[in-house]
Amino acid sequence: MLEWRRRREPSMAMLWLSPLIAIGLTMLAGMLVFTAMGYDGFHAVGSIFVTPFVESQRWADIGVKAAPLVMIALGLAIGFRANVWNIGAEGQYVMGAVAGTGVALLTYDMTGWWILPAMALAGILGGMAWAAIPALLRVKLQVSEILTSLMLTYVAVQLLYYLVRGPWKDPGGFNFPQTRMFTADQTLPAVMEGSLVHIGIPAALVIAVVAWLLMEKTTAGYAVKVVGLAPAAARHGGFSAARTTWATMLLGGGLAGLAGLFEAAGPFGQLTPQFPVGYGFTAIIVAFLGRLNPLGIVFGGIVLAGTYVGGEIAQSTVRLPQAATGLFQAMLLFILLATDVLVKWRLVRKRRAA
Amino acid sequence: MTSAITVSVLMTLIAASTPLLLAALGELVAEKAGVLNLGVEGMMLCGAVAGFAVAFSSGSIVLGLAAAALAGMAAAMIFGVLALSLGANQVATGLALTIFGTGASSLIGAGFVGRTVERLGPIFPAALSEHPVLRLVFGQDILVYLSLALVACVAYFLRRTRAGLILRAVGENDASAHAIGYPVIAIRYAAVAFGGALAGLGGAYFSLALTPMWADRLTAGRGWIALALVVFSAWKPGRLLLGAYLFGAVMTLELQAKAAGVNWLAPEVLAMAPYLATIAVLTMMSLGRRTGRLDAPACLGKPFSAP
Repeated sequence: MLEWRRRREPSMAMLWLSPLIAIGLTMLAGMLVFTAMGYDGFHAVGSIFVTPFVESQRWADIGVKAAPLVMIALGLAIGFRANVWNIGAEGQYVMGAVAGTGVALLTYDMTGWWILPAMALAGILGGMAWAAIPALLRVKLQVSEILTSLMLTYVAVQLLYYLVRGPWKDPGGFNFPQTRMFTADQTLPAVMEGSLVHIGIPAALVIAVVAWLLMEKTTAGYAVKVVGLAPAAARHGGFSAARTTWATMLLGGGLAGLAGLFEAAGPFGQLTPQFPVGYGFTAIIVAFLGRLNPLGIVFGGIVLAGTYVGGEIAQSTVRLPQAATGLFQAMLLFILLATDVLVKWRLVRKRRAA
Repeated sequence: MTSAITVSVLMTLIAASTPLLLAALGELVAEKAGVLNLGVEGMMLCGAVAGFAVAFSSGSIVLGLAAAALAGMAAAMIFGVLALSLGANQVATGLALTIFGTGASSLIGAGFVGRTVERLGPIFPAALSEHPVLRLVFGQDILVYLSLALVACVAYFLRRTRAGLILRAVGENDASAHAIGYPVIAIRYAAVAFGGALAGLGGAYFSLALTPMWADRLTAGRGWIALALVVFSAWKPGRLLLGAYLFGAVMTLELQAKAAGVNWLAPEVLAMAPYLATIAVLTMMSLGRRTGRLDAPACLGKPFSAP
């Protein structure tokens, strides 16, 4: 007989193995679920989890989708470490794009190298401003940031709808609800000529390394972890929970805002009502799959970006509906949370007392 | 406003409030047992799609409602296994449940988009249910009456029964409740299952009563508003009823604005109103509170494992 025993210390090996186990189990579960729903489960899972990674022409697309996921997840993970549950990154992402687009529309008839950096700055500030509201309410009034940040997501999306249907509607756009296309000076340059790979992708990697250094090598990163793990000890050690909340929320909002601006000035090239695609929510899965560790998040971002790309492939190969991707991603998080039991517990053979 | 318009605005208000009331009441019971299940939105969507799918294919709206409650409960059990049995972080698990419910309902609902079912109608005879004024009282569907009756039942259960006392003890002090010999985890499972069933019914209210047609993500964040309502209610069923109807009023602002002849406000601004109102209410609750913890159950959100 087997029984569960609590480990004396959490297993570091299991901490890093459980995401891999979870991915394996999700593939298995996906095969069963999609087969049960009447699809070709084997090829569906192959299309989602294998094809995007083995076909090199898909890698650019994976990078394009991984960049915003990684950037948002980095900010969220640092907050989660400090027990700050900003789950409204989707709204901060939208507001970053909105603020950056505001600058783009103001500078529509101008040229200059400074326009794109100004848009990026506006994007960061837009995301920060949106995250500052839940931060303020939590620090001053102990209002749960979970609910307020999420509510603000719905507000941001409605604001986007209002702008693209009303004041920001492209005058030459045949009445479609969308803004003007951005000009060349307002668009992210490609890394290689004629490729999808824009500079947001290397930027995301650089930010991940900086975030890793911040978390592992600086006092500020240490403070974040202490505030999250042992609030009482943190107070004793002079680390301020309020300051940590502010810092992590603003960082998360700023990164989500920048990701939104990159998406608007990159793949979209304008704002449309289709802009919010849920990266802010998927980034939560990325953060957990990456163990809330900045370098792990790069891995998590690539995996989840692969499921988006693979989901599109599966639409054509086995006619799996697009919604299956979301279900698949959610299953991954569920199974990850379940396999995390192995970090603190282990299975041992039961000994009978003689 | 003429009385006919007043009656119809009030009818819409009641209809908008009912799913909130159902979902929030279920969450209130779960939270009273010390479990913070952030997956309300996900459980509502599971209920909405299961209710619609079963009502559509069987032609029976009663079967649809039963399926909705069961689907909500099944989703709640996933949460239970992860957060209660395996001790996973309740916030993360609840979020996962919402993402799961959104994905599952989109996938299952993909084949039903735009399809319609027979609407959940009034239960009283037409003479009463179509009376110009009395229809306010007699023209409601079964879930409206059920939600109101459940408020009274839950209030009575929590305050006046032994089982309710035990449930509250589990939420206030799980270690003591365990020491006295109460099965903490089993009681929490039951509370979460009840919450799931009510969230499922609340979701089905969208797909079977409000708009008897399938649309993706039709609950539009109402599950999150239900969570905020529980905070607003200070974990008291009577105040929850008040809060749900207040929010129902905010959600029908668009219609009320039209009825009152206001047309200078953008529809997007009116659509923002419930979410802004939620933030405002949470803020006012904090400003107005006297104690530090907002009367939340002491063990809310904390995992329990028997020593």
